Amino acid sequence: MATADDLKFQEFDDAANLLAANPDATTISIDEPVEIPKNQHSRLQEPGREEDDELLGTDDSDKTELLAGQKKSAPFWTFEYYQTFFDVDTYQVLDRIKGSVFPVPGKNFVRLYIRSNPDLYGPFWICATLVFTIAVSGNLSNFFIHLGKPTYHYVPEFRKVSIAATTIYAYAWLVPLALWGFLMWRNSKVMNIVSYSFLEIVCVYGYSLFVYIPTAILWIIPQQVVRWVLMVFSLCLSGSVLVMTFWPAVRDDNRRIAVATVAAILLLHALLAVGCLAYFFDAPELDIPPPVIPAHNGTTVITKSH
Amino acid sequence: FPGLADVSISQDIPVEGEITVPVGSQSPDEDYSTLDEPVKDTIMRDLKAVGKKFVHVMYPRKSSALLRDWDLWGPLVLCVSLALMLQGGSADSKDDGGPQFAEVFVIIWFGAVVITLNSKLLGGTISFFQSLCVLGYCVMPLTVAMLVCRLVLLAGAGTVSFIIRLIVVGAMFGWSTLASTAFLADSQPPNRKALVVYPIFLFYFVISWMILTFTPQ
Repeated sequence: MATADDLKFQEFDDAANLLAANPDATTISIDEPVEIPKNQHSRLQEPGREEDDELLGTDDSDKTELLAGQKKSAPFWTFEYYQTFFDVDTYQVLDRIKGSVFPVPGKNFVRLYIRSNPDLYGPFWICATLVFTIAVSGNLSNFFIHLGKPTYHYVPEFRKVSIAATTIYAYAWLVPLALWGFLMWRNSKVMNIVSYSFLEIVCVYGYSLFVYIPTAILWIIPQQVVRWVLMVFSLCLSGSVLVMTFWPAVRDDNRRIAVATVAAILLLHALLAVGCLAYFFDAPELDIPPPVIPAHNGTTVITKSH
Repeated sequence: FPGLADVSISQDIPVEGEITVPVGSQSPDEDYSTLDEPVKDTIMRDLKAVGKKFVHVMYPRKSSALLRDWDLWGPLVLCVSLALMLQGGSADSKDDGGPQFAEVFVIIWFGAVVITLNSKLLGGTISFFQSLCVLGYCVMPLTVAMLVCRLVLLAGAGTVSFIIRLIVVGAMFGWSTLASTAFLADSQPPNRKALVVYPIFLFYFVISWMILTFTPQ
């Protein structure tokens, strides 16, 4: 048992004692996903810290640090550097999308799915799809709403595509930048804050926007109640992904600042959804201003066309 | 081999001779030099190359002609004609309306560049201009669809014409996507093919949407 101990990587937290006590615990090889030791550690540790480590992944964060250091070694002006951000296979992208649509309570999206391999494919193409989905759905829904009216002439409203693109790409890149800067600043003041890298934050935001794509398609249904129910539902899903990612990171900070940060994240997310619904989709019961018919005795009668 | 042990060149034997390599005759040079040919030959050669690629798009087979000798004349002609045909839409109000000429141009070229970069970043082995060439030439079915749509719209703009346009644009969209996938899919790593094909699908979908929603004044 002593020799097995000498050969194993000595960790300097609680798990070290457990590994010494249980040398048959699964060890980590560099090229395998680090799922098995995480489950071992979480089962063997005290229940109080189990949730923390599952959420933060501090038990394997130092191992993933090693892996991350080995990956992105090309200088930033070469093409290979940017290829490291697209090092994902089809099934990985699909897994990440699935993880953003069905958030498991208690599991951190970044630690579970990203695992120090943030990709730019997902955020970029999910945003592009969302831009065109919102523009096309908005156009279709306006067409169906105004279909029977004699004064309506269909226009493709192509301007709205560029507006949608600017809004969504700005949200998906500037808000992570601000959040990353904020977390870095707090990290310098409070030691316990786990800081994510900028690309991991962009990744989380990008994948969390995926649930808005089917929502935008379903917003074609011209019922206001249905639209708001859909919006609340999708807001809950994607908001929970964001909250479960960022709450453990700011939890150790001053309580008011932590709550304010998470509230700001959710507020911006809700603002994006409400803004898109209001701007691209006309309200279903929007009538042409009712014609004013002057009656014989001088009073005007306003007919409501419904 | 004892006799070879003491082979040496004595100092007084003059070493001389010709070390020039005989240059090939001048005639292969004349075949490759196209400076002196009539202008008609030059233009016809390029036109024939472009025409051959159009035929390859119409009947997509696994041929390397589109990839090997890429050119961007075909994509330019297709893009300009598509953008011209998309003009004259409902442009009475300044805000809403169809895409402007520059918008169509930018969407097609910028979209093709982004898709090419995407496939190269994912590890594709195709070169930049080859991919641009393929994506540009595969816009041809959609240009034909635009022509058909404009002719159908001359006849009328009712529901029947809309259904005809929908079927034609849908079929051409499928043809474009399948043709470009047939040419580009082989150069991608096998477990990332879907990641490369999806942006191509989105690209042609956006162009098809612009064609389908074209409404004349």
